[in-house]
Amino acid sequence: MFQTVLPYLLSGISVGGQYALIAIGYTMVYGILRLINFAHGDVFMVAGILMVYISAAGVPLYVSIPLVLVATAVIGFTIERVAYKPLREAPRMSIMISAIGVSYTLQNLVLYFTGGLNQQYPTIPFISDTVTIFGATTKRVTVLTPVLTIVLVAVLVLLINHTKIGMAMRAVSKDFETSQLMGIKINAVISTTFVIGSVLAGVGSMLYFTNYTTVIQTSGAMPGLKAFVAAVFGGIGSIPGAVVGAFIIGICESLIKGLDIILIKAGITKSMLGLTTFSDAFTFALLIIILVVKPTGLFGEKTTDKV
Amino acid sequence: MKKIIALALVMMLALTASAVAETVKIGVFEPSTGDSGAGGKQETLGIQFANKNNPTVEIGGTTYDVELVYADNGSTSDKAPSAAQSLVSEGVSIVLGSYGSGVSIAGSPYFADAGIPVIGISCTNPQVTVGNTHYFRICFIDPFQGTVLANYTKNTMNGTTAYCLAELGNDYDVGLVHYFKEAFEALGGTVIEETFPTGTSDFTSYLNNATAIGAQVFFAPVSISYSTQIVEQAGSLNVPYALLGSDTWDNNVVIEAAKGTNLSIYLSTFYQEGGNPEFDENFKAWLNSDSEALTNNGGNDMVAAVSAMGCDAYNVALEALKAAGSTDPKAVNAALGSVTYDGVTGHIAFDEVNGDALRDTAYIKTANTTDGVWDFVTVQSIAK
Repeated sequence: MFQTVLPYLLSGISVGGQYALIAIGYTMVYGILRLINFAHGDVFMVAGILMVYISAAGVPLYVSIPLVLVATAVIGFTIERVAYKPLREAPRMSIMISAIGVSYTLQNLVLYFTGGLNQQYPTIPFISDTVTIFGATTKRVTVLTPVLTIVLVAVLVLLINHTKIGMAMRAVSKDFETSQLMGIKINAVISTTFVIGSVLAGVGSMLYFTNYTTVIQTSGAMPGLKAFVAAVFGGIGSIPGAVVGAFIIGICESLIKGLDIILIKAGITKSMLGLTTFSDAFTFALLIIILVVKPTGLFGEKTTDKV
Repeated sequence: MKKIIALALVMMLALTASAVAETVKIGVFEPSTGDSGAGGKQETLGIQFANKNNPTVEIGGTTYDVELVYADNGSTSDKAPSAAQSLVSEGVSIVLGSYGSGVSIAGSPYFADAGIPVIGISCTNPQVTVGNTHYFRICFIDPFQGTVLANYTKNTMNGTTAYCLAELGNDYDVGLVHYFKEAFEALGGTVIEETFPTGTSDFTSYLNNATAIGAQVFFAPVSISYSTQIVEQAGSLNVPYALLGSDTWDNNVVIEAAKGTNLSIYLSTFYQEGGNPEFDENFKAWLNSDSEALTNNGGNDMVAAVSAMGCDAYNVALEALKAAGSTDPKAVNAALGSVTYDGVTGHIAFDEVNGDALRDTAYIKTANTTDGVWDFVTVQSIAK
């Protein structure tokens, strides 16, 4: 039984870790700006494309990896400055539409540069090596992803709870205007948030595309959507919530894909039921159930309306 | 002022009208973006190559310049209709394409309404030509391809259990899996069938499913972008079975993904490099002289089967225009059925029922994972 479930569990944990790194970007920006940054999934994809082009130019990995992370941070920073900052006083709907605009602009720019062809992601040695765990063969990245995710999240939580900028972030997320009155440089805080979110998306893209090596302009859409769902699932605005939500979604998705086989091996059913087809449907149905039972998500704060 | 503008417009119209009189337009209905973009581009390369070699055609005693009009159907059935409409409004005499059966089916009614004939190049789903008089094709069809693959699996690879994976809602994948299953079960094999939703990138679960049921063959006739993912992930899982693909897998992007792995991969296709050395040589020379063409071919000068097919389709279209003696789409449509042509990929003639090509052989290739090339295995026909 364990032998049957293990491969699905492994790929679920790995996918979950990658969703988690993207989901943190969604949840942090939401926590501070109350904005759902639809362009975040595309920043993730652009990080992948940058890696392809930078590596193709013959840059060695120890340069290209930091370079991609810096470039992704710059992109996140620029997006915020160009498309969101001028709209800070505008109705929330306008800034959201602006985010959708950024998302499609990025996709179409990449479409233009790649000509719509799939780009093969460069192989990063060590993490793309094949390893065997309890008889299940997989890439090393599968095992490293959850570890790396948890380490990064721990660092992030420390940063938010124990540094000055972290304190400023918490203040801004509690009350935007009052914190401004208290002398917090709100633009710097927001920019930092975008930079952190983008760097994590960049790390996520390296892990994700090492596993699934094709990058195309729409590559960010599905992981972006799933990560967003994970953020809502865990309670949007909460970083541990986003991580837990992402792992639950990744594991669920993967287990449902193998459910038919697991059921047959366990002797519960005799033939294939065709359940794999519904892997996405199950995931999203689960989201609806959780939200109906707990509208603020698993770790969401209870919102009290202040008069 | 208005009069001057009106006059200028009339003059421009007259000018365009006189320009049209000397050119005949051939529509290229191919995906250059999306999941099948790489394949669509290679098919288009074949057409462009043929157009470079035969840029003019003699119709009814007048020499016409051939102008290729492109429309990107984006590999999706919802973008195909607008691409088809744009070709119709351009006034093309005949259309070539598309790579991918789903988009061909989606575009078909718009060509039918305008009375424009279409030559399918590599769309193998039978539904493309059934029940209409304007859609023809020069490739074999899926009941044939599915049977060929089933025969090969059963007789040569000695497989008894096959795992089949198709993209949900993709006419090509689902159709081919259906025909494969029919033929393979008739031969006494067992088939397990699963589908995945569009946009999937994690195939490890499906690959693990196939391992768990003890399949000897993993048959996935999916688009290029999915097949590269499957090959890549199967390589890192070190799967115990052979991968089996269809004509879509015959692409250098797929072989790049397989390079350096221990996989055994087989596929069926329309043409084998080396089948017509003269074509291969000229095509490669052209690719290497044109950097954009080389990029569209995936960065190297391998000859894809669909490029050879594209070249033949263009020449068949020219034959049809000659036979019709007119650029009127309806006349071309009437003439197309009886056109025969000896092309790069063999003799081409259409049957009278649906306008399908009379083809009875497919090429089986296997991946040489050391050198990163497709090696020829055998010519497989349907005969038992």
